[in-house]
Amino acid sequence: MLTIIDLEGLGLDAGAHLVLNRALTGLPAGGRLAVVGGNQMLGVQLGAWCRSEGHGFDPADPPVVIKGTADDARARATQRAGSPSHVDERADAAWGLAARGALVEPGGPLLSVDWVDRDLVWADVAPRLYSRAAAEQWDPATAIDWASHADVPDEVEDAVVQIMTYLIENEQAALMLPARLLARLHPHFREVMQLFAVQIADEARHVEVFTRRALLSRDELGVSGAGGRASLQTLLDEPDFTLASFLLSVLGEGSFLDLLRFLNVHAPDPITATMTSLVGRDEARHVAFGVAHTAHAAKADARFLGRLRMAVERRHTALIDTAGLNKQVFDALVVLAAGSWETSAIAKGWRAVEELQKRMEDGRRHRLSLIGFPDDEAAELAALHTRNFM
Amino acid sequence: MSNRVLLGAVAYDSKVVTIWDGFRQWFRDRDLDFDYVLYSHYERQIEDLVEGHIDVAWHSPLAWVRTVRLARARSVGVRAVVMRDSDRDLVSAVLVRADSDLASLDDLRGRSVATGAIDSPQAHLLPLSMLREAGLRPDVDFKVSRFDVRVGLHGDHVGGERDAAVALRSGLVDAACMLDANTLLFSREGTLPAGSVRVLAKTEPFDHCTMAVGPGADKSTVDRFTALLLGMAYDDPTVRPLFDLEGLKQWLPARTDRYSALERAVDELGFLDAEGKLCADDYRP
Repeated sequence: MLTIIDLEGLGLDAGAHLVLNRALTGLPAGGRLAVVGGNQMLGVQLGAWCRSEGHGFDPADPPVVIKGTADDARARATQRAGSPSHVDERADAAWGLAARGALVEPGGPLLSVDWVDRDLVWADVAPRLYSRAAAEQWDPATAIDWASHADVPDEVEDAVVQIMTYLIENEQAALMLPARLLARLHPHFREVMQLFAVQIADEARHVEVFTRRALLSRDELGVSGAGGRASLQTLLDEPDFTLASFLLSVLGEGSFLDLLRFLNVHAPDPITATMTSLVGRDEARHVAFGVAHTAHAAKADARFLGRLRMAVERRHTALIDTAGLNKQVFDALVVLAAGSWETSAIAKGWRAVEELQKRMEDGRRHRLSLIGFPDDEAAELAALHTRNFM
Repeated sequence: MSNRVLLGAVAYDSKVVTIWDGFRQWFRDRDLDFDYVLYSHYERQIEDLVEGHIDVAWHSPLAWVRTVRLARARSVGVRAVVMRDSDRDLVSAVLVRADSDLASLDDLRGRSVATGAIDSPQAHLLPLSMLREAGLRPDVDFKVSRFDVRVGLHGDHVGGERDAAVALRSGLVDAACMLDANTLLFSREGTLPAGSVRVLAKTEPFDHCTMAVGPGADKSTVDRFTALLLGMAYDDPTVRPLFDLEGLKQWLPARTDRYSALERAVDELGFLDAEGKLCADDYRP
C-alpha cells in the first residue's frame, strides 16, 4: 500500500524530516511513502536524507521513501532504566547517567560507579528526608543576626574560638566523606544522591558560619590537634558505603547532636545560640538517614551487624595510641559551660561536660539498638567510639 | 591457508581510527586475523594495493577508477567486494542563490562556478563533466573557482565543498557544486540557511566508495572477510556505533557499473591517463 504525504513548501533544510519521520512511524519496514511538495531543493535532498537514515529511495514521480529497518533495530535494542517510581534492587552500569525510567539507547559508555545494589545504599526514608532537607535550607547571611554579637568575656571568647576551630575541621570531614560516597553511587538511587548533595551543601554552610563566628572578634583561629585529625582521617579512609555512613552519621554526627545542644544551652551570645540550633537541625537529618540506611542494610542481611561491630573495633584500635579529643577543646567546653573562672563555676562546667559525654554515649547506645544490636553489645560498642566525638 | 587480511584506509578524519579499531576487534572475535594501515592520501594506498602490499583497500570512487587502470596496465586482477548502503545512487548538484537570475546551465556562460578540491568526484570532476556535456567548457565558457582543501583525500574532507558553499552565499561566485548530502549538512550547520539556494542542475546518480581487493590477497580469506562484512547487522550493539560513525546501516555487495560517468570525467579533464597515471599538473596530494 502506498501512503502519500504532502510537504507543501517545507524543505529538508527547514524541518521536513520531522513530518517524514512521523508519517514513516506508522509504516512497516518496506512500506512505501510517496512524497509530494513544492520545495525546490527536495528533489536533491530527499534521496540524500533516505541514504543517511537507512531508508530506500525510488526516484519516481512523485518520489517514494521505502522504510528501512534501522529505526526498528535501534528501537529493539533499547531498554528502560527501571521505572520512574520504583527503585530496582540492582542498577545497570549500562544505564549510565540516564534518568530513572528513561528509554536507554544502547552503546553508550558504562558508568564507572561502585554501588549498584539497592540494599547497600538505600533507606526508604530517603525521599522524605530529601524533601525535608530541600525545604529546610537556610541562608547564613540572613538566618543569623550577625549584628547581635554581645560582649563576651575575653577568656570565654577564647574558648568559643577554640571550639569553632574544632567544629570546622569536623564539618570539613563531614563534607568530604559524603562527597566521596556520592561520586561512587549509581544515580538510579536518585534520592540518596540528592540527599547527599544537600548534606554536602549543609556542611558547606556549617563551615562558613563556624568560621565567621570564630573570626567575629579574633584574627586567629585556635589549635587543631593531631589526635582529632587522625580520628577524622580514619573516617575518610573507610571505603565501604554503609560502614562510612555508620561511622560518620550514626556514631559521629549522632554524638554531635548532643554537642550542638550543649553549645546551644551554654552559648555566651545569641549568634552562637542561633547557629548551633540551625546546624543541629541539619545534622539530625544526616543522623536520621545514617540510622535508617544502616538498619535497612542490617535487616537485609543480619550478618551485617558483625561488619559494623568490626568497623567500630578497627577504628578504636587504629586510634588507641592517639590523644583523641585535644585538651584545648575539652578545656574550652568546660570554660564555656562554666561561663567564668570562678572555681565553683569551673566545677559546674566540669560536671556539665561529664554529663555531655554521658549523654553522647547513651545516644550512641540508643541508635545502635535501633539498628538491631542487642543491648549489651550496643553499650559495649557505644563506649568504644572515638574520644574525638565525631 | 592464510587467515590474514590487511586493509588500507585513508585517515581523512580521526574517527577512522575508532572505526577500524572497532572493526578489527569484531573480526578478531570471529577468528579472522584482520589488521589495518592508514594512509595520508589515496594515491599511495592505490599503488600499494596494486603492488600487493595490502590485501584490501577502502577506496573512494576515484581510487577505484585509478586502481582498475593501474591493474589493467600491469596485467593484474583487482575486484570490488562490498560497499555501504549509503554509497549507492548519490547525486551532485549545481546550486545558485535563491534570488539568482540564472535559470539554466547555459546561463552560466561568462559566470563563475565554485567547486571542491581538484580530486573530489562529487564536487569537481562529475559536475564539471556534466557542464562540459552541456556545452560549457571549464575556464573557457565559465570561470572555475576551485577550493583545494586536503587534496589527496578525493573529496572525503568536506572543507572544499564548504568553502564553495560560503563563496556562493557570499556572492563571490554565481554557482557552486556539491554533493546532495552536503546540501543538508550545510543547511543544518547554518552555512547555507534554509531557502537561500536552489538547484540549477543535478548529475545522474553515481556510486561512491567501495572495498577493493588487490592481486596479492588470498581469495578464500577475502571471501570470508566479505561474508563477515555482509553479515554485520545494525542490531549488533558492538557494530551499531561503528556503523553510525562510518555512515551506513548495512554493507551491500559491491557494484562497479556506476563509475562510468567518473571514468569519462577523469578523461575529459585530463586527470588520469588510460594506464592510471596522474596527469593533472596541479594535483599534489
